[in-house]
This record gives sequence, C-alpha cells and structure tokens, in this order.
Amino acid sequence: MSKQTKTLNLNFGPQHPAAHGVLRLILELDGEVVEKADPHIGLLHRGTEKLIENKTYTQAVPYFDRLDYVAPMNQEHAFALAIEKILKIEVPIRAQFIRVMFCEIGRILSHILNITTQALDVGALTPSLWGFEERETLMTFYERVSGSRLHANYFRAGGVHQDMPRGLDADIFEFIKKFPNIINDLENLLTENRIFKQRNVDIGVVSKQDALDYSFSGVMLRGSNVPWDLRKSQPYDCYDQMEFKIPIGKNGDCYDRYLCRVEEMRESVKIIDQCLQKMPKGPIKSMDGKISPPPKKELKESMEALIHHFKLFTEGYRVDKDEIYTAVEAPKGEFGVYLISDGSSRPYKCKIRAPGFSHLQAMDYLIKGHMLADVPAVLGSLDIVFGEIDR
Amino acid sequence: MDNLINLEKKINSELTTKINSSKIKHNQIYLTIDSNDITDVILFLKTNDHAKFKQLIDITAVDYPEKDHRFKMVYLLLSHEFNTRVLIEFYISESEKIPSITKIYPSANWMEREVFDMYGVNFQNHPDLRRILTDYGFEGHPLRKDFPITGHNEVRYSEEAKKVVYEPVKLEQNYRNFDYESPWEGTKYIKNQTKK
Repeated sequence: MSKQTKTLNLNFGPQHPAAHGVLRLILELDGEVVEKADPHIGLLHRGTEKLIENKTYTQAVPYFDRLDYVAPMNQEHAFALAIEKILKIEVPIRAQFIRVMFCEIGRILSHILNITTQALDVGALTPSLWGFEERETLMTFYERVSGSRLHANYFRAGGVHQDMPRGLDADIFEFIKKFPNIINDLENLLTENRIFKQRNVDIGVVSKQDALDYSFSGVMLRGSNVPWDLRKSQPYDCYDQMEFKIPIGKNGDCYDRYLCRVEEMRESVKIIDQCLQKMPKGPIKSMDGKISPPPKKELKESMEALIHHFKLFTEGYRVDKDEIYTAVEAPKGEFGVYLISDGSSRPYKCKIRAPGFSHLQAMDYLIKGHMLADVPAVLGSLDIVFGEIDR
Repeated sequence: MDNLINLEKKINSELTTKINSSKIKHNQIYLTIDSNDITDVILFLKTNDHAKFKQLIDITAVDYPEKDHRFKMVYLLLSHEFNTRVLIEFYISESEKIPSITKIYPSANWMEREVFDMYGVNFQNHPDLRRILTDYGFEGHPLRKDFPITGHNEVRYSEEAKKVVYEPVKLEQNYRNFDYESPWEGTKYIKNQTKK
C-alpha cells in the first residue's frame, strides 16, 4: 500500500517581519520540509530605470540612494564612476578619499544591519539593539557631510558635492577607535552562541560551482571560498592605495557568511583609518566648469560662472555617445550600472545590476530540503534589501 | 590590457564567422553577433580555457523604436580567472524569439524574465517565462520608449468597494518635458518645422 502525501502551500509575506521588506514567498511544504519556494518580487517596483531615462544625470543621483537604502553612497559611486569613465574626468585625490571612506562607512552600516537582523530572525534580540545605536552614529556622519541621514545625494561625477565640515574627521577617527570593541561585543553575543550556531551552521550551503552559476557576488561568493572582491581585482578610486584583507569562508553556509561580514567590518575600519591618515587637502570636485557647478560666491562676480550655473541646473551636462558597464563592490555584492549615453544631458538607458536580485533568485535552490524555520535564517544571510531588487 | 587583446584575437579566430565585430573599450571586450548564434558564443566563452567566463552578470535590452530591429540585447559576462569582462550584443526585431540561456547559466532565469517583463522580448525554451517586477495582471512593457512615464493605471483604496481599485491615471498637471537646448542653436520644434 502506498502512502499518499499532500503538500501544503504557504504564503510567506508580503508583510512579514523576517522577509526584510516586501517579499512574497510561496512555499510548498511537505510537513515542515520546504519542497519548493517561489519568490514573488516587484512589490516595491518604482520604475527607477524608466525615471532615470527622463532625468538629467545630476537629477538621477538621488534614485541610487533609494535602491539599497542601507548603503546609499556605494551605489551613487557606481553611477558617478560610469559618467567619469565616459567623460574621462579626473577626480581630485581628496574627493577619492572621501568617497572611499564613506563607501566603507556604508559597508559597516549595511553589515551591522544584516548581522543584527539575521540574529533577530533566529531569536536574538540584543544584537540589534546594540548595533542600531552604532548605525545611528554612522548616519550622523552621513548627515553632517551630506545633509541627510539616509538619502545622501552626495557623490557627483567628478567628486563629491561639498567638502567635509570641520571636525568631522576627528569624530570619525574617534568612532573607529572604539568600534572594534563594539564588533567584539557583538561577536561575544553571537559567534560562539549555541543557539545562533545551531540555527546557522550547515544551513543554506552553497558550493563554489553553484555560487558562480547563480551569479553570486560579494559575501555570498566569498563565503563559498571564492576569493573575489572588486576593490582588489578591479580597483576604483583610491582602493589600490589601501591595505586590507579579503575574508573568505570555507563551507559556504550561513554561519560562514556571518563570519565574513564581521571580518569585513574590521577591514572597513582599517580602510577608514587609512583614508583619514592619508587624506590630503585640496579640491573635492572636478574643476571643470562644464561638469561641476561653481561656488556660490563666484555667481555674484563672474558672468561665466553664472552661465555655467544656469546651464548645469537647467539642461545639465551632456555626456558623449558611449556605452559602458561599471561595477563597484557594494556591501551586498557587485553593484553595476550599464549606461548608454546618446550625447544629450539624459541617459538613453541605465540598467542597474543589483546583487540581491541574483541572490534572491537562488532562494528555491538554497531552501529546498530545509525546514520552514530555516527560511528566515537563509533569507537573513542572503542580505536582501528590496529597494535594489525591485528597483 | 595585453591579455584583453590576446583574448579578443582568440575569440575572433575561434568563432570567426559568428563574430560580426569586436572592439576593446573601457577595459572590456564588446562583441557584436547575430541573434541565432547567442547560445554557441556564450557556451564557447564559458567553457573555453582561455576565456572561462563562468559568471553571467546581467542580461538587458535597449529599445530603439525607430530602427527595424528594434531591440538591442546585451549580455554581460565576467571571468574571475582572467579578471575580464565581455559584453555581447545583437539586434532583434519585435516579433523575434531568442533562445534562452538558462541551461548554460541558471541565473539567466530571472534576468530573462525581467527583459520579457520590461521589453516584451520572448525567449524560447525558458522554463518559466512570467512577469517578474510589474503588478499581477499588468499590461504593456514599461521600459519601451513608447510607454508613457506616468503609466496607464493608478490605484487607490475605495471606501465604497472596500478594496483597492484600479483607475486610469488622472493628473492635475501633465508631465512636463522641457527642451533645454539653447534657442540660438535651434530647439527641436523649430528644427522640425524648418525641415518640412
């Protein structure tokens, strides 16, 4: 006599605290074992790419903040680099250091959020309370330099919008002196924690081959023992002058990815430290009046500055006809911008390559055969943010 | 840079007839091919010992409504081993179907779904070609150049119907698209008039 089994369909989300946003996951369960997962995404789709096609290059920058909203500047970076490569703009050294420093701050912001919420998903409340306090400090740095805590709109083609306010470097320095201890505190809570290990070790294992096949990047790839980091292999801005290590996982499970993120935060601290040490004084954006707006003071005196200002804020600068793909190592993986310019002041096409998109795609493969309770653990370690997946 | 040139030569000599043109720019190789060669070219780039493009980065399309072959398909590949990127492109017409590469790269699945959703390009032998980013029951393909930026429908919660209802978009003010070209260089509408 054959035993008849019937699978159960479960609708996870679209509003579920462990889904890290608006993810609707249709799960097919056999008892408590997941047999199939079908993620439905797009509930946060805002048509970013379409909007960018209708905006000037400067107006397009804020849309990048709203993709992965926990590390906004890293994405602006990719867009700025793409334009700079087409127009062959030299970025002043100081601007490069500022940009790299704030990208690393963004990396810490993102990793704190991920580590602590992953811990929250598997039942630990304290890390998130501790971590969010630090995130708040980091966001104050964002605010002081750009004027807003989250949607910075700070990077420009050719540099950054404005110089750092006085005293900010000292405060950042003070922060990175005490931050390694905070990472230690978080590690004390989690790394050897029995429950945390039981929930994460050997869960969501990704083999090296599968990580490549599923277009994984960032920690998802490094967790599976692939030494690949764009900051090292295809350095942009001043990353080639920085000394830092790339942590790599061994087993490719959720726990290794957690360890990678912790180590990456320590490396980020080192990079920020080096930026602060090496940062020279000087201009913070390209001196080319056709690209960067003139200082306010000059508007009253110089006719040319007035014309430049007017043209830049109505028509915007034009970008020569070209086609380019540029990628940066965002906290979540390879964030790329495929830009087609047609010689006008608006992009003809701007495709955004979000790392989370391909990571979430592998959900079905990752979760097959796991228990229902592992779904939040795996989702947590994928480090997904719907702003960038849905675009 | 040298290895890029060598690789470009290698690709050209091995795939002779399949490559229409190739160039190196911005540290990347750009290949132009025919639409029916896509599987062969990608399979070669993935498996060849001198290329080893093990990772598919992205698939996307570009819309040129004025051309006969309206869509340009773009495939981006990355080789970790040789630290190179390649960009493959070809043009297709609106009705043309192109072979899916999900068999070669499993991650192509969602990327092709996205292209289908945004541009309406059809893929042959795709395991699950559904819309991905747009709403359930959405009509049209938003990233086509002839799709209006405001869209066609808007949603609101209706107190009478006690549910979310779809209505045609009503805007207090139309979307304004300014022509910033300086008047003495000739704005577009004047240029169009003088042409006639």
